[in-house]
Amino acid sequence: MSSTEDQSLYAKREPVFPRRVKGKFRTLKWWIMAVTLGIYYLTPWIRWDRGPALPDQAVLVDMANRRFFFFWIEIWPHEFYFIAGLLIMAGLGLFLFTSALGRVWCGYTCPQTVWTDLFILTERWIEGDRNARVRLWKKKWDTEKVRKRAVKYVVWLLIGLATGGAWIFYFADAPTLLQNLVTGQAHPVAYTTMAILTFTTVFMGGVAREQVCIYACPWPRIQAAMMDEDTITIGYREWRGEPRGKGKTREGLGDCIDCNACVNVCPTGIDIRDGQQLACITCGLCIDACDEVMEKIGKPRGLIDYFTLRDEEVERAGGQAKDIWRHIFRPRTVLYSSLWAAVGVGLVVALFVRSEIDLTVRAERNPLFDQMADGSVRNTYELRLRNMTGDDRPFRITVTGAPMLYLQIEGTPYETVQVEADEMLIQRVYVTAPAGSEAAQETRTDFRIWVEDLESNERTHEDTHFNGLESR
Amino acid sequence: MSEKKEYDGVETTGHEWDGIEELNNPLPRWWVWIFYATIVWGIGYSIAYPAWPGIKSSTAGLLGYSTRADVAEDIAAVNDQNAALRTELAGADLAALVDNRDSEVYSYAVNGGRAVFAANCSQCHGSGANGVAPANGYPNLRDDAWLWGGTVDEIAHTVAHGIRNEQSLDARWSEMPAFGDILPPEEVDQVVQYVLSLSGNESDAALAEAGAEVFDLNCSSCHGPEGMGDTFQGAPNLADAIWLYGGDEETVTETVMNSRFGVMPAWSEDYRVGAGLSQDEVNAVAVYVHQLGGGQ
Repeated sequence: MSSTEDQSLYAKREPVFPRRVKGKFRTLKWWIMAVTLGIYYLTPWIRWDRGPALPDQAVLVDMANRRFFFFWIEIWPHEFYFIAGLLIMAGLGLFLFTSALGRVWCGYTCPQTVWTDLFILTERWIEGDRNARVRLWKKKWDTEKVRKRAVKYVVWLLIGLATGGAWIFYFADAPTLLQNLVTGQAHPVAYTTMAILTFTTVFMGGVAREQVCIYACPWPRIQAAMMDEDTITIGYREWRGEPRGKGKTREGLGDCIDCNACVNVCPTGIDIRDGQQLACITCGLCIDACDEVMEKIGKPRGLIDYFTLRDEEVERAGGQAKDIWRHIFRPRTVLYSSLWAAVGVGLVVALFVRSEIDLTVRAERNPLFDQMADGSVRNTYELRLRNMTGDDRPFRITVTGAPMLYLQIEGTPYETVQVEADEMLIQRVYVTAPAGSEAAQETRTDFRIWVEDLESNERTHEDTHFNGLESR
Repeated sequence: MSEKKEYDGVETTGHEWDGIEELNNPLPRWWVWIFYATIVWGIGYSIAYPAWPGIKSSTAGLLGYSTRADVAEDIAAVNDQNAALRTELAGADLAALVDNRDSEVYSYAVNGGRAVFAANCSQCHGSGANGVAPANGYPNLRDDAWLWGGTVDEIAHTVAHGIRNEQSLDARWSEMPAFGDILPPEEVDQVVQYVLSLSGNESDAALAEAGAEVFDLNCSSCHGPEGMGDTFQGAPNLADAIWLYGGDEETVTETVMNSRFGVMPAWSEDYRVGAGLSQDEVNAVAVYVHQLGGGQ
């Protein structure tokens, strides 16, 4: 029945040996690599003075105390919507760039691309350019091959170690942690995280490389939904290049001299002349390679180029391509930009209006109320008082909105409690309605609990309600 | 079944359903290896760990791992960790402890006491410690009315020894006579009206006036001349708004006629071998109840 006897169960991996290339996109990619990796490796080392109570690190995810520090911004767990908002902005930003410029994320800034680029660069330094690497790969194992491979993996491991190391510095005070790491006193979690990230960096960037983009990453499958005929993408001007062919006499031939330069430089090992394909990360290196060749043979640049599919048809018919901005500004990108900006403006506004003290009220429901010996009715509430300032502050707790209700703080006869700097205090309070009062009799009376920081006079409140005898 | 064909250099598997064919894009080699590796791993795992179900139990696995043993270990570890706190709590001066709320022992007592209460006390007193409504003899522990005293030491004593039981000689004990056997019916009516009037409930003024004398002769020795009660004898305050069994005329009459005899077991392990609370647990639950809002 089955006709698969002669078929292999798997496809062998085609090794890829990208050749060195020079050009404007390659230069741009070097710059982006320097900036993104620079940000990644150096950010934890930026110091930021926050006074004695808080860590002096500009960017820090403080898991133990559940705080996120970002320069002058301090995010508490109840403000997690800032993080959610940033993630939404990152998502919308990705949609915007993809619909306007295609897979620029894949080609220029995706960590997989950036680190793969770095690993290929070190590989070239150690083993030589494409031809030398192919030779080395085909060669039997001898001292030269062992030496070069060993050096390469040691350098890769060092890069991996630095990458994994930099990651953990975001979660603890970097100078202290580095000292502890070196002296062997850091927490096992730090070493384990470092080891895992070292391994994944070397494996993803050095070994798996294009396999991640082609087989593992969901983004190439999703991004097509954001692209259309006006999206700028990389393609081969087939109407100009074909029929391709080698040789001096170009009689009856297109501009493509079939030199395979575009294929040799491709980090995912594809032939862009086959057209749009999933494995193309639009890194632009084939453009650089082809432009170099076109210059040498005295033909116009741009046989392989960034263009839109709509323009390609126009050009094929002999027309003039539209201005690039006319492609970028279209309803889809305008919509993504405005959504992105709206979320951004919302977050900035939220950041400026947020208060340094915060209150949440949880009314006790078991029981709804207690009747006291003198016939008064008492409700219990659990308050969460957050002091986001750097000093201990006295918080006064009061009630408004219903006459006769009075508030007592559990464990103290006073109406203020001290909340320590940068802490949250869970405080139980009792609200009592005297016997016979309206609030004591009725099912439900709405009122408001106020908290005032007696030093800054900042106030905040939450509305809640009082359960009387009728709620029984 | 149809012939294998080729589209764009990709072979089909030869399968065809109503004209729909299947391309054969083979997986990458490393993917297939991982697939095989998971099979090997799965076999190894089912040998090393409990896996295959039998009739009564499952295979235990070569490593002898069990989640239950893990939990037992975790519990033992936590107990070890808290051993010092528990010793301190067991010997603590409770009155001093409840005034020292910032101490670690106090915090441990409140949180530990909450667990002890949920496991042992909530069946009668309710998970919110507000008694079982409507007032059928299990008192609300959150209000400011206490039958046997509301200081933390009194509460601890009540928890340890219980009320009206044969287990502990130090159990809280008092017994109200059934006045239905003692007083003539009209005097019962009078005293009921008087008791109702004490807390300002609706009552017959003439009967209540006559009841004052009956109360003075028969009830005031325990409940006090003004009916304010006596925590030494567990005699409830009859002049407040709180009624353990109900404050309507019918219920009060029934209480006077037949009396009440609410009981609570002694919880100290000294009296309930193997099933009671240790001294630190008694203290913890006393501190917990004391801080619910009514402690004195």
